[in-house]
Amino acid sequence: MAEGKIAFELVSPERLLLSQDVEMVVVPGEEGDFGVLTRHSPMISTLRPGVIQVHEGSAVTDSIFVAGGFAEVTPARCTVLAEEAVAVGDIDRAATEQRLSDARDDLLDAKTDLEKAAAERQIAVSEAMLKAAG
Amino acid sequence: MPNLKDLKVRIDSVKSTRKITSAMKMVAAAKLRRAQEQAEASRPYAQRMDRMLGSLAAAAAGQAGAPKLLAGSGSDETHLILVATADRGLCGGFNTSIVREARRLARKLLDDGKTVKFFCIGRKGRDQLRRDFSGMIVDTIEDVAKPKLSFDKASSIGERIVAMFEAGEFDVCTLIYAEFRSAISQIVTPQQLIPFAIAESDNGDEEADKADDKPDEGLNGATYEYEPGEEEILTALLPTNLSIQIFKGLLENAASEHGARMTAMDNATRNAGDMINNLTLIYNRTRQAAITGELIEIISAKEAM
Repeated sequence: MAEGKIAFELVSPERLLLSQDVEMVVVPGEEGDFGVLTRHSPMISTLRPGVIQVHEGSAVTDSIFVAGGFAEVTPARCTVLAEEAVAVGDIDRAATEQRLSDARDDLLDAKTDLEKAAAERQIAVSEAMLKAAG
Repeated sequence: MPNLKDLKVRIDSVKSTRKITSAMKMVAAAKLRRAQEQAEASRPYAQRMDRMLGSLAAAAAGQAGAPKLLAGSGSDETHLILVATADRGLCGGFNTSIVREARRLARKLLDDGKTVKFFCIGRKGRDQLRRDFSGMIVDTIEDVAKPKLSFDKASSIGERIVAMFEAGEFDVCTLIYAEFRSAISQIVTPQQLIPFAIAESDNGDEEADKADDKPDEGLNGATYEYEPGEEEILTALLPTNLSIQIFKGLLENAASEHGARMTAMDNATRNAGDMINNLTLIYNRTRQAAITGELIEIISAKEAM
């Protein structure tokens, strides 16, 4: 591994999406975004729906939207387990808006707490997705 | 003496059966490859999840108020058996051996005076279990692998199970599926999902991962910082882990199903070939006998003149 770099991995249940050595990643933690450089102290955090930014030098090389998940950080690597991940450039605005309105309808129709929670989660995810798309 | 025309019809019908089975074998082989790739691709997530869970569980173990999914509900009266089978037959003993294991486990639990419930994933399992345990099947999910086995489906099953668990409908949950070894060998495996046994999930896969884990070995002793807190993370992580375990089981099962079908169809094709050879032999003999008979008739008729 190159000096001053951290091994960053982005994994979804279906496949390994990204695995590369990067200078810094900014991860949307549950309690606020955090940047991970090499020799970060070990931590495990849950993620909120938001954008992961990969920094090389002083520029952002990759922005990936995640719908939540977990991040494990050790001094040498940063692993993000995401249930859903899309590159910010690939977000389909219309489809996301559709998803948001569907989720809102679901929330109105929800009978059980479980359905309600699922719909609320969908709303949060699609709102964050729209925000990420800009 | 068998009728020549009947024989011809038989041979043709066996030939068309052979065509079908050999096509099915080909399809199963292609699907098997795809299923294996999918299982392969899903492995990294499960491995990393195990690693995270391992360190978290170690930290949470022994503490009061550990989440129920990990610690159990405190009793083991009601067992839920998740039976993952295929939706379709023609795959040798695949479905039957899974169901046999489920039945064995259920009988054992019933003999111990426990309550057993079944949750079937796949039509064939339900059909076979319905004969003996019709009242105990709480639900069936069909067509999980259509059009494609996705994590969404596994996670919706996972959510259902967690909801049932929280409603106190069962205490222990076991998944029965066939682990894929090769096209000719699938091993029926019961895996306990709730309460989740950490140690069990650390075998096999982890070994392969050991190599790139090495630099961190020393670190595993060091404590992680948890954000928000250990408990919150565990509460979020455990249901996801359940879904992942189910997803993994279903992927293995899909690969096993196609492997079993491939082998079964290969055998069927070979048997059909043997049968065609036999029938052709009989057909030719019969034809010869008929010709000889006719010749004898002609010759003896001529001699009589």
